[in-house]
Amino acid sequence: MRAVKRSGRRYALAGLAVRTGPDATTAESRGVPVPVRRGNGAHRRRRGEQPMVPEAEFSSYYGRPVIKEPVWRTPDVPGYFFLGGLAGASSVLAAGAQLSGYRKLARVGKVGALGAISLSTVALIHDLGRPGRFANMLRVFKPSSPMSVGSWLLAAYGPVAGAAAVSEVTGILPGAGLAATLGAGLLGPGVATYTAALICDTAVPAWHEGHREMPYVFAGSAASAAGGLGLLAVHPAEAEPARDLAVLGATVELIAKRQLLARLGDLAEPYETGTTGAILRVAEFLTAGALAGAVLGGRSRAVSALSGASLIAASAMTRFGIFEAGMASARDPKYTIVAQRRRRDGRGMN
Amino acid sequence: MSADPAGLAGYLEHPPRMGFFTDTSICIGCKACEVACKEWNAVPEDGLSLTGMSYDNTVGLGASTWRHVAFIEQPVSAVGDGAEGVRWLMSSDVCKHCTEAACLDVCPTGALFRTEFGTVVVQDDVCNGCGYCVPACPFGVIARREEDGQAHKCTLCYDRLGAGMEPACAKACPTDSIQFGPLDELRERARGRVEDLRAAGQDQAQLYLNDPDDGIGGGGAFFLLLDQPEVYGLPPDPVVTTRDLPEMWRHVAIAAAGLAATAVALGLGRRK
Amino acid sequence: MAECHPVGFQWVVEAKARGATVIHVDPRFTRTSALADLHVPLRAGSDIVFLGGIINYVLANEKYFRDYVVAYTNAAVILSEDFADTEDLDGVFAGLDAEGHHYDKSAWSYQGAMVRAAAGSRGTPYDLTGRGTSAAAGLPQVAESLEHPRSVFQILKRHFARYTPEAVEQACGVPPETFARICELLTSNSGRDRTTAVVYSVGWTQHTVGVQYVRTAAILQALLGNMGRPGGGILALRGHASIQGSTDIPTLFDLLPGYLPMPDAGKHQDLDAYIGDIAMTKGFWANSRAYMVSLLKAYWGPAATAENGFCFDYLPRLTGDHSTYVTVLEQLNGRCKGYFLFGQNPAVGSANTRMQRLGMANLDWLVVRDMTMIESATWWQNGPELETGEMRTEDIKTEVFFLPAAAHTEKAGSFTNTQRMLQWHHEAVPPAEDARSDLWFTYHLGRRIREKLAASTDETDRPVLDLTWDYPVHGPLAEPSAEAVLAEINGWDADGQPLSGFAQLKDDGSTVCGCWIYSGCYAGGVNQTARRKPGSQQSWVAPEWGWAWPANRRILYNRASADPDGKPWSERKAYVWWDPEAGKWTGHDVPDFPATRPPSYRPADGATGVDALSGIDAFIMQNDGKAWLYAPAGLADGPLPTHYEPQESPFPNLLYGQQRNPIREIIRHKENPLQPSGGEPGSSVYPYVATTYRLTEHHTAGGMSRTLPYLSELQPEFFCEVSPELAAERGLAHMGWATIITARTAVEARVLVTSRVRTLTVGGRQLHQVGLPYHWGPNGLVTGDAANELASLSLDPNVHIQEVKAMACDIRPGRRPRGPALRGLVREYHQRAGITEETGTEVRDER
Repeated sequence: MRAVKRSGRRYALAGLAVRTGPDATTAESRGVPVPVRRGNGAHRRRRGEQPMVPEAEFSSYYGRPVIKEPVWRTPDVPGYFFLGGLAGASSVLAAGAQLSGYRKLARVGKVGALGAISLSTVALIHDLGRPGRFANMLRVFKPSSPMSVGSWLLAAYGPVAGAAAVSEVTGILPGAGLAATLGAGLLGPGVATYTAALICDTAVPAWHEGHREMPYVFAGSAASAAGGLGLLAVHPAEAEPARDLAVLGATVELIAKRQLLARLGDLAEPYETGTTGAILRVAEFLTAGALAGAVLGGRSRAVSALSGASLIAASAMTRFGIFEAGMASARDPKYTIVAQRRRRDGRGMN
Repeated sequence: MSADPAGLAGYLEHPPRMGFFTDTSICIGCKACEVACKEWNAVPEDGLSLTGMSYDNTVGLGASTWRHVAFIEQPVSAVGDGAEGVRWLMSSDVCKHCTEAACLDVCPTGALFRTEFGTVVVQDDVCNGCGYCVPACPFGVIARREEDGQAHKCTLCYDRLGAGMEPACAKACPTDSIQFGPLDELRERARGRVEDLRAAGQDQAQLYLNDPDDGIGGGGAFFLLLDQPEVYGLPPDPVVTTRDLPEMWRHVAIAAAGLAATAVALGLGRRK
Repeated sequence: MAECHPVGFQWVVEAKARGATVIHVDPRFTRTSALADLHVPLRAGSDIVFLGGIINYVLANEKYFRDYVVAYTNAAVILSEDFADTEDLDGVFAGLDAEGHHYDKSAWSYQGAMVRAAAGSRGTPYDLTGRGTSAAAGLPQVAESLEHPRSVFQILKRHFARYTPEAVEQACGVPPETFARICELLTSNSGRDRTTAVVYSVGWTQHTVGVQYVRTAAILQALLGNMGRPGGGILALRGHASIQGSTDIPTLFDLLPGYLPMPDAGKHQDLDAYIGDIAMTKGFWANSRAYMVSLLKAYWGPAATAENGFCFDYLPRLTGDHSTYVTVLEQLNGRCKGYFLFGQNPAVGSANTRMQRLGMANLDWLVVRDMTMIESATWWQNGPELETGEMRTEDIKTEVFFLPAAAHTEKAGSFTNTQRMLQWHHEAVPPAEDARSDLWFTYHLGRRIREKLAASTDETDRPVLDLTWDYPVHGPLAEPSAEAVLAEINGWDADGQPLSGFAQLKDDGSTVCGCWIYSGCYAGGVNQTARRKPGSQQSWVAPEWGWAWPANRRILYNRASADPDGKPWSERKAYVWWDPEAGKWTGHDVPDFPATRPPSYRPADGATGVDALSGIDAFIMQNDGKAWLYAPAGLADGPLPTHYEPQESPFPNLLYGQQRNPIREIIRHKENPLQPSGGEPGSSVYPYVATTYRLTEHHTAGGMSRTLPYLSELQPEFFCEVSPELAAERGLAHMGWATIITARTAVEARVLVTSRVRTLTVGGRQLHQVGLPYHWGPNGLVTGDAANELASLSLDPNVHIQEVKAMACDIRPGRRPRGPALRGLVREYHQRAGITEETGTEVRDER
């Protein structure tokens, strides 16, 4: 009998050496040029314009995809990104609102978080190929797997958010409820942002190459959705933290998304073309509009509610758009092949 | 010297790392590998339709296809008579059993694991079909089977290796295009073979995934190709997604911290 | 070879790795071509021009291996003055009768000698009047200078003089530069130090001149000195794992085991007449009586005695051509009432499948034994004639029995492969449920019939009752012992001891032997065919793997690997040589020569049999001990190969006025309409050449592959392969449908447009060829039309094989009509082409 000891793989967090293999470095730090940007930095391609860089010629195997597109279904998974972000950021809002005395807003945040995370959990389990084995998610804890990290986060966050909401609604154990609220507020950000790592930690070109910006897009989108929920559900006079969160989130999201597309270069195409491009543009428009509404709307309930609803819709549309853009980039082999061929040729190999 | 993924995975004692060298220059496209694999592993038939992709009606690797023979017809100008001729490339594709395996890294249940032979295998009784491994693989190998909702891929005949036998595909291959053995030996042999081919005028002959310094740490299954990888449907410069994960976590942490800080700011900010 | 023999092809790959050059000559670009150094597409049906062109090159440029040719071939023999060549008679030989359909071969004989073909004549008309051929007599005259105008050598030169590179270009579509390169490669790789091997399969045999294709290659290889030498020779790839065995222990109507001819009702009234007709004065066929008597003793045991001619009279006699296609005619005319099909699927696999089904519909009974429900068992339920309305199930009176058969893994037995090697296979698992082996079926059928006849006093029942039918059985199924049958095939002597070779056979009834060429396969009571010593543990000839007939000899005629003095032609190609000290032949293989006969031996006058073989008669089975560049006997359609166009061809014969093989077998029947060809009016209605073939993924008529999911998914649909130019000309779309039409019927196939199919320039115009893999039929997991629906019954006259490798057809886009409209389409084409009962039946064409 061979003695086998499984020590598992140990990963330290950011900044420390990570044992993923003999030579764990990023593509960039190995001296590989980053993807070519199209046009100049500030110029964004509008629909109908010719690309500045001509379409690259490339070989493929009968035009078939190189990688496999995710098997995750719509609406389950992009819906989860939206709901999970909404939940996590709502817990953040609830915690802050609670501490600063915005009780109505806090309630909305806690209940909203529980509702969103419950729906999320149903969606996630439903999307599994073997839903009956969902508990296997907690067999191991693997920092190399954002889904593992997320599963543990959810396992902790869900009950905590639940306790916060239950305590709030029933009035039972207010002290525990407060602790739960604060706990949910601490875990919430993780829930809202880990999903960015989840989709970027794949071979899907439109996601992977955006891995530096995506967490900010998700965080911003989550914050703006949570803030939007507050604006929608609560009178502006009692929802000022929501407005603050919304404004911050929307701003971060708009900027991060622009940065993402700029960095992606050729890979921005699936985000900007077709139905997906339309949806994302509408989302951006709604976000910008709601941002203006939140800032300038003053005490108008109508404007506030409209802004809130717009932010929620925009956040959902953004997640669905990002999901579909990734799927499209997985299906067309050019997104995988062209950039890699360029990289390989750049190293002087045949 | 190749990396030691089994050792890195925690095995204290283990046999030498075993793998495949597929020399596509002698593949005759007979598909015995496809059939032998399905027979041994009881993999279901997965599609009775003509594709028109030359003689490839299998299309690609997937949950129910673990060996896939590709056929590529290319025009070449024939010698002497000036007429156009044809070159027909044939190649048996398989899971690369990467040294740095993205599927293994992202699997949340631990269903995917590294064996003592350095190969990567899915445990059918653990996998809950989350599907994360599917888009993680840079080669599009692993997939989820609709009939049972789980992920499946080549096991490098783990059960046969344990009995000291070679994988079914290698055994069935009549021309020894699929060669099985200790990875170091195979890499040495492959180096000689590609030099011979180049010397004989096949200047597009190249090894693929044999280099331990490449983006996946070298493959446990590597290839001798007669043209660019993408011609065969393979990525030209695959890099395991996990290489960028530390940076991803860094940005996630910053974004999350930012959100958390917002909670604090909101809490400490204006009061109702 | 890679398509149909992928496992065997590994040796070609290995040879290539050691520096061999692989040339693939084929109308198709297959997986073999992908690994070949050179692929030469040519027009299907033009190979005699191609090979003849190489022969012409070899002769004109003196690239033949002269020492070999002089010593070991009949090049120096002088022919009778009666001989006239195709050069003299515009495409036919002397001796053609008035109807132009039969040759009197006496005009082809050697000067001063009548020579017999080894083991009888092919395609001889069966003569019920009892006239026999005269015994072989006399010695041929030779002229070693090869200069005599009537020497075989000079006749050969003259015969092939018109097979020029220009003729090759015109008739085959092979450009002169390519052709020159091949000639150079072949000749520079033949001779003392190097040898070239030729490998062929049904692409050569399935023609109305199929046997002559192989003859052309034999002439070439003999001229180049490649026969009987390592790395040389001609390898025939077979279509099935044991089809060599099916001619050795034959399932053919005209042969007995070991290539003894089936007796003829007219010529062979008794054993003496039979032996007198078939035995040869010289060589090992001189011992035919011993082989035959030992066979008769195997069949009838103690009942066979010298007094009754060893029960020779019990043997059935031929009264005509009983080949498979003629049998179909007999079914159609009601004379053949019953049919056994053992692992055979003519409803998909035979030419003119429609005729096969119409024939079966006329039977009283049909027994089909197979592993899966093949189309030949279900045509009455789902055959194409039901769809067209020509047949109705309720009107078919044939009683069809289907008996499940065991697979080769479920029974013990042997395969004999193309290298004449017998390999034993063991029963791995018992057959499931009702499935039984063919051996079980045959044995128990015979046993039951004998039981039923046991009390009979009728003389006509004696042949069945006197059979030795006492094989031991074992197991719960009472499976007969296959090893016991093998032991009987090997034979035993008067003491019951297993024989070690056919040299021990006697003609006095004291030996028993089921097949003289297999004698030795059970020597010492050990199943030699079951030996499996790995190659790494024995010499490169590997004699201890399996057992090859005869005498475990791996290369036949290997005497020719040494020069007339018995020394190898070169060290590099040493194989078998004379050891003067030991006084015997030795080497890497069993010498194919009398063991102690020195090279210097010359027979005394009047010597007969094996004693008549001189020390340089390397081709020991031939009546004159020589390789025949010129075949004075044995073939129905000519002593020398001559290019004739296929039965149906869009081209006139560019070399002669004689369009087609005048001796080809034409089946005249309304269900076998033939198309006009060459320059005849209406020929352009079928302007393309079609050829049938196999794919690696399927097996012949599909019974063993289209029923399996793992194979079916690899090639799920019947497709045709066409060039981009043909697709453009006819409007065919890749992955669309096409209908292919001949005079017989029309079939539909998916279209694969591929540059692997090359458009050739033949006879000054573009030729498009259509590739048709023939595996599909209406049964199984994947179904489709059968390509053999298109083929006519046009047969080689020597062996009655069908011509399916070169046909003429039309092709159009879209699916075929259904129901009666299908016959309507076919009739429409008949009208356009002016087809009558006479079309295509012409034998003699004058220019």
